[in-house]
Formats: sequence, C-alpha cells, structure tokens
Amino acid sequence: MAAIRTKRDLHTYTFPGFGSEKFPNLMLRGAGDLDNWHLKVYEQRHEGYVAMKAALKLEPVAVTEEVKLSGIRGRGGAGFPAGLKWSFMPKDTPDRKLTRYLVCNADEGEPGTFKDRVILEYNPHQLIEGMIIGGWAMQCAMGYVYVRGEFLWLIEKLEAAIQQARDAGYLGKNILGTGWDYDILVYRGAGAYICGEETALLNSLEGRRGEPRVKPPFPAAKGAFGQPTTVNNVETLAAVPPILRMGGAEYAKIGTPKNTGTRIFGVSGHVKRPGIYELPMGTPMNFLVDELCGGSSTGRKIKAIIPGGASCPMLDEKDFDVPMDFDSLKARGSMGGSGGLIVMDESVCMVQATLRLIKFYAHESCGQCTPCREGCNWLEMILHRIEHGEGRMEDLDLIASLTPRIGLRTLCPLGDAACGPVDSALQKFRHEFEHHITHKTCYAQGSRLLSTLGAH
Amino acid sequence: MNHPQPPETSNEPLAPGQRLPESERKEFSPEAVAEIQAIMAQYPDKLAATLPALYIAQREFGFVSLAAMKAVARAIGIPEGHVFGVATFYTMYQKKPVGKFHLSVCTNISCALRGAAQLLEKVCERTGVQPGAGPSPDGLWSVEEVECLAGCGVAPCIQVNQDVYDELVDEQKLIEVMEACKRGEYRPWAE
Repeated sequence: MAAIRTKRDLHTYTFPGFGSEKFPNLMLRGAGDLDNWHLKVYEQRHEGYVAMKAALKLEPVAVTEEVKLSGIRGRGGAGFPAGLKWSFMPKDTPDRKLTRYLVCNADEGEPGTFKDRVILEYNPHQLIEGMIIGGWAMQCAMGYVYVRGEFLWLIEKLEAAIQQARDAGYLGKNILGTGWDYDILVYRGAGAYICGEETALLNSLEGRRGEPRVKPPFPAAKGAFGQPTTVNNVETLAAVPPILRMGGAEYAKIGTPKNTGTRIFGVSGHVKRPGIYELPMGTPMNFLVDELCGGSSTGRKIKAIIPGGASCPMLDEKDFDVPMDFDSLKARGSMGGSGGLIVMDESVCMVQATLRLIKFYAHESCGQCTPCREGCNWLEMILHRIEHGEGRMEDLDLIASLTPRIGLRTLCPLGDAACGPVDSALQKFRHEFEHHITHKTCYAQGSRLLSTLGAH
Repeated sequence: MNHPQPPETSNEPLAPGQRLPESERKEFSPEAVAEIQAIMAQYPDKLAATLPALYIAQREFGFVSLAAMKAVARAIGIPEGHVFGVATFYTMYQKKPVGKFHLSVCTNISCALRGAAQLLEKVCERTGVQPGAGPSPDGLWSVEEVECLAGCGVAPCIQVNQDVYDELVDEQKLIEVMEACKRGEYRPWAE
C-alpha cells in the first residue's frame, strides 16, 4: 500500500469563536491535524470511541431512540430524519433471522460540495465510530463505505484506520464481548455522479451499472445484495458519536427546533476565504458569506449564491439573509442540499453558469429515464444556442415548457436537480438571457466559464 | 419554431467494442487473478468484484481494452456483456490508452468561477494534447476534462493519475506539477 498522504489541505476550517458554546465543534475536531487518522491520537485528543463503548452497553433500540431524540436530519441532501430511517429496518423475529447492512454514502460528487472529503481526511475514526454505533443500533452484519473513485488516497487512509480499529477489537468477531460480529469494507466507485443516489449506489456496490432502482421496494426492505439496508451520508454517520456523547436531547438544543445540530458548509467561488465551516443549522447565509468568508474576493458585488450544491435553485440578493436549514431554504424556493455554497459575483454571466451546470447533468444522466436523458441534452442544446448568439425569444418559453416535463417524472432526483438551477436562473436573471438573445453577447462582459475546447 | 439540431451522427461502426483500441496484453497475471478471487470472497455476491477487478485490469493492461473486459469476465465467471456494460458506464475506466501522466482538469462551476476554463486551455497548450484525445506523441501526457473533483474550496484543481491532487493551480503551479512529473516525483499511470 502506498504511503498515507500527508499533504495539508489549503482550505480554511476555522474562524474566531469556533469551538465555543455558540459555535460547537462536533465534526471538525481533528481538522488540520494530519495525525488524527491514528486511532491513538483520536482516542487521546478527541474522546474517540467513548460513545461507541457507551452505546454497546445499551440496547440497540435505545441507541436508535437516542438518535431519534436528537432530531438529526440526513445530511446527504434530502434531509430525512436519520433516526426514523434507522427505525425502518426490519427486526429479527424468532423464525426469521435477517442479514442487515449499513452503507455509508461517501460518493461526494455534487459540484460545490467538499465536506465528506474533510471528514475522511482528518476524522476517519469518527466515521468508523459512527458506523459501529449505527451497525449496533440496527444489528447489521456488515458496513460498507462507498467512496468515490477519485478519492484514492482517502480510501487508503480509511482502510488503514479501519485496520487499526480491527486491531483494537472494535471491529471483527465478538466486539468488546457483546457477541456481535461486524466489519466494515471500503468500496471504490468509478466516477459516476449518479451513484450518490442511494439505490444507484447499491447497484454500483453490487458490481452493476449505477442506475437507480424503482422504489418501492425501499432499501430498508430490499437493499444491498437483496438484504435490508440503510444508506446514510458520511456527515450523518460522523455526527452519531457526538450525539451519543452529549445525549440526544442536548444535541437537539443546537440549531433550530426542526433542524437540529451543526452542519458542515463548504463555501467556494468568489469569496475571500473559501473553505469548510461547521455551523449550527439555521445560521443566516449572509453571516457565513460576509462575516466568516470575508465577502467577495473580487471587490465586485455578489450576484447569486447556490446554497446547497449545484442541484439547488439559485438565490439572488433579496434572499441572502436566509437561515441555512432545510425548511427555511425550502420556503425561499431552494433546498438545503448537501451544504455546498457556490458564490458568484457580478462578473458572472448567468447563461454561461447555467449552461455549465446543465452540461454536467446532461453528462451525468444515467440514461435510464427518457425525460432526464433527452431533456437534459435538449436544455444543453438550447442554452448552448443562446450562449452562442443564436438564441431567439421563443427559446425561453421552450425551456420553461421543458423543465416541468423532466422534474418529478424520473426514477431518481437527478432530473429534478437539473431543472432547479435552470428554472431559478431563468426566473431571477431573465434579463440576462434576453440580453444574450437580443445583443448576442453576455450581459456581464468578460465572463469566461466555458472553455473553447471540446468536452468529454 | 426552429428546434435545435441534434448532434451529427457518426459514421464509425457501432458494434460493441469495435471503437475500442486494442491492448497488447490479453490475459491477467496469476497474481491479479488471485487478487480478484480474494475480492470475490469478501462479498456476498461475486458480481460485486466487477468494479474492483476493472481497476486491476486497468492497472495491468494500461487501460480497459476489450481484452481486459473479457479477462475480467473470465476471472469472475460472469457474462462479458455485463462487464462491458459496467466498464462503459463509469468514466474512470479509460477505454483508450492514456499517457504516463493523465491530467484530469475539473471545469465544473466552482472551478470555472476561479479560472478552470483558462486552465484547461493552458494544460492543453503545454502538453500539446486535446482533452479526451490519446496520449501525446512522446507518450507522456494525456488530458481529460472531468466533473467536480470535490476540491471546490481550493479551486481550480487538477488530478494526476487518479491518485494525486493539486489545488489552486495557476500557470506557475501547472509548470511545477509538470516538471515534478518529469522528474518522477509522481507515480506514473498504472503502476
């Protein structure tokens, strides 16, 4: 095995006041500490495996109840309550013994999102600990971590960390005398964004093409290898040890009543200090962008922010004060998504930005459902035409008539995700599209987001 | 109303695999077969070994040729068509030869906001290869335009040979990375 990478990431992880009561540091405790992937360091400096040892003394149902009590909502994008998801797993009955699996979704491919990478880089043991607790709560036989293929060095690191946990007796047969056998395997993806969707991920884990499945049956009934399975995001599982350490009720006090806990936000684009920020849910977006990230890096005004990874509808100036939690963002017509903020200043041509985003969806559509496969390509062609000065006014109506025919008509949310940025850009920055059509050039002069070279 | 034109149809043959270049190697080494069998034993279903086996094939064959896919199917004991379907679904299996240093440039939105489009052009200019085309005449370079590498906070970023990331790449940094490749500081492709 290659040596574990010891290169420091260049993002910001911290800010004045981080770690205080107001801004608790639950997920990024080891951030910046390159030795934290050693089990000993994690145990000594960061209360490592304390929560796991406590959880293994509890009844599995009690652990699930504690997570339910914390109110934590899945951090992958949909915001489904994690404890509730865990409780959907079927239990053993006297005449029926089930093999259950816990799958960790580390296929972080959403443009603008880079939080899981930081957890895997600096805090792999917190994820392992979370997976052991989750595995115990649901009495799973195996845990799988599906990591995107590009993160080869993180896979090596995670495997080394898992081996340390095995050597310490935290994984394997009869863990800490409980009579429970459990192990974690890392599975490497191969560069498909769609595998971040849970059923596509399960197909990929089984060695198939990453095409989403028809639901129902839901993974809790028939998941990986045909067995009951729960799929959780890296951040959700890594939040489990702090929840058990401080107690679900205490955790629920952080954030807002319906959106509890802290969340890792990744900020990229035109800000002075891009990077990773852990904040309580419901923190206003302009506080993060202006106060913590230092505002615009170019000196120009910020025009639009995508609040939760590329799939979320864009927000313009009037919504920059939105509290960042699932419900508030939804109320403003966007989504909490995966917590990656993309900040765009005034020099950005929204037609180019939208075209770049839709190119991504057209490329990553798995091709299974016609509305998404054809629709995304049509959107790309129409936007390409507008961008290259050949658009006409009817094109805008054509786009508006296309997106409702893609959204909610596909097996998985990729089709809906592709429509979000297009619809919101057209609604909020329609004048830029019109300018492109009438003047055959960008409204924001000098914007260059697209290369002149052929793609893919 | 005028509708946009669909892309031009290609005249190239469409039979499965016919567009794929051939590799020199046709068989797995015994060690690779043993490695694949060990992976098969780890999972409840041997089919799960398809993706890891294709990575092993990519390492041994240099890229995932049709012969490599057939070798994977033989090693696991699954239909060739299944392996072909999987290999062509995922973008990280290179279906044609790549250079000793394969540079993946992310041009997605976060990187594009910080100059990734210009970076891609610089990379192509300096290596003398087009994105997605085969390796340069000296076999040293190939370039690929990829979607989000999850390095948005340190954009723009490039990846060398699926294992090394380089972040905040401007022209100066690009020159440094390419020099480091030539000096042998980065692991060459498929080693």
